[in-house]
Amino acid sequence: MMTAEAITNAGVLDLAEMSVRDANATLQAATEGAFTLRNPGGRHALACGLMHPVSVTVEGHAGYYCGGMNKEAEITIRGNAGTGVAENIMSGIVRVTGDASQSAGATGHGGLVVIEGNASARCGISMKGVDIVVGGNVGHMSAFMAQAGNLVVLGDAGEDLGDSIYEARLFVRGSVKRLGTDCIEKEMRPEHVAIVAGLLDRAGLFADPSEFRRYGSARRLYNFKIDNVGSY
Amino acid sequence: MTEQPRIPRTVPVKSATFDDYTLSEIRRAAATGLYDIRGGGAKRHLPHFDDLLFLGASMSRYPLEGYREKCGTEVVIGARNAKNPITLRTPITIAGMSFGSLSAQAKEALGRGANAAGTSTTTGDGGMTPEERESSNTLVYQLLPSRYGMNPDHLRMADAIEVVVGQGAKPGGGGMLLGQKITERVAEMRTLPQGIDQRSACRHPDWTGPDDLEIKIQELREITGWRVPIYIKVGASRPYYDVALAVKAGADAVVLDGMQGGTAATQHVFIEHVGIPTLAAIRPAVQALKDLDMHRKVQLIVSGGIRNGADVAKALALGADAVSIGTAALVALGDNDPALEAEYQKLGTTAGAYDDWHEGNDPAGITTQDPRLAARLDPVAAGRRLANYLNVMTLELQTIARACGKSHVLNLEPEDLVALTVESAAMAGVPLAGTNWIPGQG
Repeated sequence: MMTAEAITNAGVLDLAEMSVRDANATLQAATEGAFTLRNPGGRHALACGLMHPVSVTVEGHAGYYCGGMNKEAEITIRGNAGTGVAENIMSGIVRVTGDASQSAGATGHGGLVVIEGNASARCGISMKGVDIVVGGNVGHMSAFMAQAGNLVVLGDAGEDLGDSIYEARLFVRGSVKRLGTDCIEKEMRPEHVAIVAGLLDRAGLFADPSEFRRYGSARRLYNFKIDNVGSY
Repeated sequence: MTEQPRIPRTVPVKSATFDDYTLSEIRRAAATGLYDIRGGGAKRHLPHFDDLLFLGASMSRYPLEGYREKCGTEVVIGARNAKNPITLRTPITIAGMSFGSLSAQAKEALGRGANAAGTSTTTGDGGMTPEERESSNTLVYQLLPSRYGMNPDHLRMADAIEVVVGQGAKPGGGGMLLGQKITERVAEMRTLPQGIDQRSACRHPDWTGPDDLEIKIQELREITGWRVPIYIKVGASRPYYDVALAVKAGADAVVLDGMQGGTAATQHVFIEHVGIPTLAAIRPAVQALKDLDMHRKVQLIVSGGIRNGADVAKALALGADAVSIGTAALVALGDNDPALEAEYQKLGTTAGAYDDWHEGNDPAGITTQDPRLAARLDPVAAGRRLANYLNVMTLELQTIARACGKSHVLNLEPEDLVALTVESAAMAGVPLAGTNWIPGQG
């Protein structure tokens, strides 16, 4: 039986042989090194709460909240990720090579989340400074109440993109089915092209930054006005 | 010329439906086009703990000596799953109130008072401040839909985590902090522009039901090493099902907040017309715990209108393990003090009625972010007042428990209670005084 004590700063953690608790305890205690999580089997809360610059590769599909509240670690999920991947990420990188379920990168404060495939509904909901790059499409209500950070979508966006958005920046290359309340298209200036180029580079995804359109807050709902009652 | 006989007139009658308050609210709404926002909880008359009485000892019950025989008040919260459950010297805790809604001085005073009395304080919508952590020996960290300021370091610094699903003043509603109180520091903690109205989400961003919440709690436990208790706070609306689902989701404790529970700022119509009274919520909540064989294993913390030791005793007798106070704690600090009447008059209100906490003009320096006003509150003196108040309530609680023959306050039971009204008897599930009749039970 594999135990947390047997592994220090590198190694293979096989979830067919050890509990999620032991695996997470090992990863949370490690200050450096590279780890592989084998047989994730869609288990929840894998590699969450990491605090140091370790590298973790999840070999397969992960359940809910993989990489949640990550700080400094670089986590790669070689497969699909369930709800809330990298939720409330503070720093570091969480990458999903497949698709992500709803609420990817939710409330993230910093760091980078890369979804190479599609992300479902509410991607980047209430984001607070995280950068999210999605290789495919994002579902409805993505960037709902998004406060800060950048969401870059290489594909299309679903209904109500950026509903009730604050100061986050949204960049979409494809179509937007419908913008949410108080979200408008804005001019794509050179500095924005540079932001997209930099994020694509960090994400390792390829697209022409000039093909993206920018969306953000109209700031009409920042202070309550009765004339906006139809928007509430 | 003959004098006309004087015809007697009836006195003018004002409508009970369209009373003075209602008329003034219609005029205010017509003039402004805005709904009325205020702080505090439901102000209307509701069935409450005053409608219950303790029976006390008698021929068939044996009391304890008032000042000699021990009556325990210690409670342990969170032993179901947490490695480090919380032990409190008194079952009266301080409810969640944010830095932002309250001044830093008020938050410090709450911590000081709670420490002295041996109980816990709770953060609020806006994250944990260093001063708050420093001034509170036992601090409960709230996980709210907004996730303002949420970070794993604070999560690990907390002594317990409270997942806030709802609040008694506004079940189904999100938080609200208007622009006047979004100062530079508050804005920074919440990652929001300064001076804008901040309307928090009412739904959590990454889970949508009890099945998801069970997994969310697993994540929180993984991040904190299964060390600290996890509470779930619900506004009182469907307490039987909400408590059962909270237990199913893995809660170590359930916080049940009735409609008298205060809020920093919410629409008046929401506060007064959504949710149920605290008294009506306890019995079904306790029944849910009993049906699941979880009573006293998952602790029930009741809040909303707790004012004195008798209220605490009645809540415990109905099956709660602890209570939480918010509004009463603010009053102990100095809120609505008649000594400030002249200043309340300038604000168009009067001491005892001041509830425009969202406007940030609190002359007591409590519900404000104005440095000039906040500096009026001495955290040491205010903390001392809160400690005194908590100690008095604990003594009152013990007094009643001893009179009922209980050597620990958690030994109080429904059998110790009767009700003064049919309504309260039905809600609390105790007999109408002088009868053995419990409405709804035959």
